[in-house]
Amino acid sequence: MSEMSHTLPNYNYKVVRQFAVMTVIWGIVGMSVGVLLAAQLIWPELNFETPWLTYSRLRPLHTNAVIFAFGGCALFATSYYVVQRTCQTKLFSDKLATFTFWGWQAVILSAAISLPLGYTTSKEYAELEWPIDILIAVVWIAYLINFFGTLVIRRVSHIYVANWFFGAFIITVAVLHIGNSMAVPVSLTKSYSLYAGAVDAIMQWWYGHNAVGFFLTAGFLGMMYYFVPKQAERPVYSYRLSVIHFWALISLYIWAGPHHLHYTALPDWTQSLGMVMSIILFVPSWGGMINGIMTLSGAWHKLRTDPILRFLIVSLSFYGMSTFEGPMMSIKTVNALSHYTDWTIGHVHSGALGWVAMVSIGSIYHLIPVLFGQPKMFSTRLINVHFWLTTIGVVLYIVAMWISGIMQGLMWRAINDDGTLTYSFVESVEASMPYYFMRFLGGCFIVVGMLIMAYNVFKTVSAPKSEKNAQAEPQPA
Amino acid sequence: MIDYGMIGSIFTVLVFVFFIGIVAWAYSKKSKKGFDEAANLVFDDEPTQATKQNNGSHR
Repeated sequence: MSEMSHTLPNYNYKVVRQFAVMTVIWGIVGMSVGVLLAAQLIWPELNFETPWLTYSRLRPLHTNAVIFAFGGCALFATSYYVVQRTCQTKLFSDKLATFTFWGWQAVILSAAISLPLGYTTSKEYAELEWPIDILIAVVWIAYLINFFGTLVIRRVSHIYVANWFFGAFIITVAVLHIGNSMAVPVSLTKSYSLYAGAVDAIMQWWYGHNAVGFFLTAGFLGMMYYFVPKQAERPVYSYRLSVIHFWALISLYIWAGPHHLHYTALPDWTQSLGMVMSIILFVPSWGGMINGIMTLSGAWHKLRTDPILRFLIVSLSFYGMSTFEGPMMSIKTVNALSHYTDWTIGHVHSGALGWVAMVSIGSIYHLIPVLFGQPKMFSTRLINVHFWLTTIGVVLYIVAMWISGIMQGLMWRAINDDGTLTYSFVESVEASMPYYFMRFLGGCFIVVGMLIMAYNVFKTVSAPKSEKNAQAEPQPA
Repeated sequence: MIDYGMIGSIFTVLVFVFFIGIVAWAYSKKSKKGFDEAANLVFDDEPTQATKQNNGSHR
């Protein structure tokens, strides 16, 4: 099994390099917009009285940029890399790979232009108008063909578990995107959803929650199952558990969407079903987290010296924390307190920054030297600095939102003896101000960390090529 | 006779049986060898490094 050395195929690293570098760039862009938005909530003048820079238009820009630009590029880069390396074959089609890269960048640019101009379907995380939606669908199907085509031409008998997660993510996102984006266009820039009323709401949150479940979870679990064992230099703790983890996670996630619509026009039984499924989802989530963290069992000392591994393992801790928090918040009585408050924002960011961003950053730090023919990153010390900036930033962010959110929930429901509300809405906004500042501070930590990463990546990429790691260069097979 | 409730119940039972089947398959002795091979695929692509050992565990 270790005799593959002389027959290593001619991997397509070009597309992986492109996506890996763009991950860092879009990360900086998306997170900086996030920091600007956090600042606008404290100092509203920061919209400069310009419609294009108002919170309402920049907010979807931020979410699209961090999820689909930063997260999307990270997923493309790692899935293209992992599927080639674990199938020991080059990509099914280099042309399709190039198309997915430029197509995806075109989607991101169209989003960055159309959202500030105010073009939106008003569906959360699916704001882009129909021409862009069609482009996304085309790029995504090209991605799907390329990924599964590579699995078909693999030169090993097994399909490694990471590829199962990547595959599920790619198929499900295609189904979700096409299903939820169905619309009747009335002009080039305006369309109306095919769905109406409560049906539209449940379609939207079937899409929205599974964007979390498959885009932001299954895909990044694929990353985890390759890069954690690789960086820890030991096989995953239990392959059996990973098989159960996969089937349990993908069969449960799809039912959890209704918890976004508690106490709405959605039928009561649907709300309760969504709640029960969300609570059960805790089990496979923690199974996967334990499987990832326990991969280090017997090698915990590596955490002391390897900040890349620390990124990966701490991301799993945040994953465990937010997948405990999520099921708890889906319970209707808890949701009655938490929904529409900053607690939700905190929960999203403990998942998106703590889990998704940290596992991506760890994976990219692992990838960059391999892709650019270097023995390691330019500076391990700077990776360590980045790790602490991110960790402190995320903790500041989520603690601020916990306090602010629970306080808002309690203030909104406080009632005087005569039945009138104790607090007006604006009083709860005022009370949140110190925590908004704390969140802004946390965001600054995270962006500074990303800038340090960009410097580190630049120095690694532009360093003279080392002869030792020639495998990064394409070689005749 | 066959209404939505019935179809839902049948589907639930089928999915449950399917899942028990997956667990039985994953933990059967027969699958162990294949899984160990698969788990080491992560390291098989390295020109210089030998296959990692699973520490002889029975997980």
